[in-house]
Amino acid sequence: MDDTAGQANFDALMAADSRVEPRDWMPEAYRRTLVRQISQHAHSEIIGMQPEANWITRAPSLRRKAILMAKVQDEAGHGLYLYSAAETLGTPRDEMMEALIAGKARYSSIFNYPAVSWADMGAIGWLVDGAAICNQVPLCRASYGPYARAMVRICKEESFHQRQGFEILLELSRGSAVQKQMAQDAVNRWYAPSLMMFGPPDDDSPNSLQSMAWNIKRFSNDELRSRFVGMMVEQVEVLGLTLPDDQIRFNEETKKWEHGPLDWNEFKDVLAGHGPCNAQRLERRRSAHDDGAWVREAAAAYAAKQQAAVAA
Amino acid sequence: MSESATRITPGNALRPEDIADRVHDGTAKPSDEVAEYALWLGDDALILAQRLGHWISRAPELEEDVALGNIALDQLGHARSFLSYAGGAWGKSEDDLAYFRDEPQFRSAHLVEQPNGDFAVTIARQFVLSHYQFELYRRLLDSADPMLAAIAAKAVKEVDYHRDHSSQWMLRLALGTDESRRRVEAAVKLIWPYLAELFEDHPLVDALPGIAVRPSELRPAFDAVTGAVLAEAQLEIPSVPSASGGGRNGRHSEHLGYLLAEMQVLARQHPGASW
Ligand SMILES: [Fe+2]
Ligand SMILES: [Fe+2]
Repeated sequence: MDDTAGQANFDALMAADSRVEPRDWMPEAYRRTLVRQISQHAHSEIIGMQPEANWITRAPSLRRKAILMAKVQDEAGHGLYLYSAAETLGTPRDEMMEALIAGKARYSSIFNYPAVSWADMGAIGWLVDGAAICNQVPLCRASYGPYARAMVRICKEESFHQRQGFEILLELSRGSAVQKQMAQDAVNRWYAPSLMMFGPPDDDSPNSLQSMAWNIKRFSNDELRSRFVGMMVEQVEVLGLTLPDDQIRFNEETKKWEHGPLDWNEFKDVLAGHGPCNAQRLERRRSAHDDGAWVREAAAAYAAKQQAAVAA
Repeated sequence: MSESATRITPGNALRPEDIADRVHDGTAKPSDEVAEYALWLGDDALILAQRLGHWISRAPELEEDVALGNIALDQLGHARSFLSYAGGAWGKSEDDLAYFRDEPQFRSAHLVEQPNGDFAVTIARQFVLSHYQFELYRRLLDSADPMLAAIAAKAVKEVDYHRDHSSQWMLRLALGTDESRRRVEAAVKLIWPYLAELFEDHPLVDALPGIAVRPSELRPAFDAVTGAVLAEAQLEIPSVPSASGGGRNGRHSEHLGYLLAEMQVLARQHPGASW
């Protein structure tokens, strides 16, 4: 198919809100945008394992240890689904991984904050996975087929992630005064970064319009953020905790939830590498990758020898 | 309630919570000896799960983060079942036993206490332990203690996958590259001294005829199955002296204290708290 016919086919798919599949012709910019978005998403799953993995060995009950292990292991699976989806666009996983450990790729900025107490396992599950769900449910209808299908699988697991976080906080909130304080402190620290997970305000998000025209993105950053705030306001009551934002209100005219100002300079700083854990997170990924090189080489060499033996 | 509704059948997989319920309502109460034996099995699984859990987010490839995570989760599940049952003898929960016992009260073997080392050490440790556990649980299916048999019935299927996973990796590492071969040979040498302890008989087993599995009886099957894998991998069984062991009597390696300190720290900061 030449470019003109291809473009016409692509435009028709967009107009009909249909799915683009790997073999379909697509504009280079669409492909590039998807590779960037899907690989960033995959990197976030992988780097996002670290703050929670930090507590697997110290989980305060065996039941919580099992749930946390299952959760962090799920995130590795999410990374795998997403790298596979990105590979269908012609970029190999190795290349994406190399870009990540070389510090050339982005991942969700929130994972550059430290998980310093057990209550952070609750706040991360409730707020961070909660925000991820708000972001990801509309992506189940994204125009690129493999991405949308990966998101369907991922979303099924994310609701368990959020629920386990909520349960951790609820248990702490109903526990001793010290436990309740631990929970409140964690919510205080993770609230603003979780709101910033939706990306910059709409008037400062230049790529959003194109992504919406391509049916990748369905709702604007501010729209999703406002929905998320509404959900959290309801749930924080059940938790018996508070959100560290006295400006949250429901705007009767716009029918939208509003929140207090966010420190976007901090967001940009952390994104630029000045967060508390940027170097640590990358170094951990790099050392896992480097330390594992001989294992991957051994597996490849063994597979090649087996194949040669079969062929002979 | 009819008898069949409360009978524990091996086919009917029990969750640790179900076992805790039965212990609580008095329908399953182990003798002190049975509980002590359940600690052997539960502590091996718990300490190994703790070791393996450390790999999650650090594995050589994402597939192994998932695979080692799966094995850790299975082992943790078995540990919770055995400890929940054991606790029935003394009115203790799985968490009382995991978090509020000190080193001498643990019954783990030195093998599972060994540090992760590199991936080859972890695989060599796993290879030995999962083949040992498979032979053990397979025989425990016939135990006269229905709860031990029921836990083993669930565990044996999972451990069968663990032994396959580690056997496959033994082959890949031994026959992969020069470096991987060098590393796996070193790992086998490092791990083999701790093998003998697993198969040592003990007065506790004499006190539990028909209930516990005699460790020495597992050795021929273990040697045959692991020997076949090692032969295919062209790995020699190293001639290294056996370490003296003592884990079943509460004498542990230097490593266990650090492991427990990390595992127990938060729970002990908040005694009596619920999570
Ligand atoms: Fe995820
Ligand atoms: Fe998640």
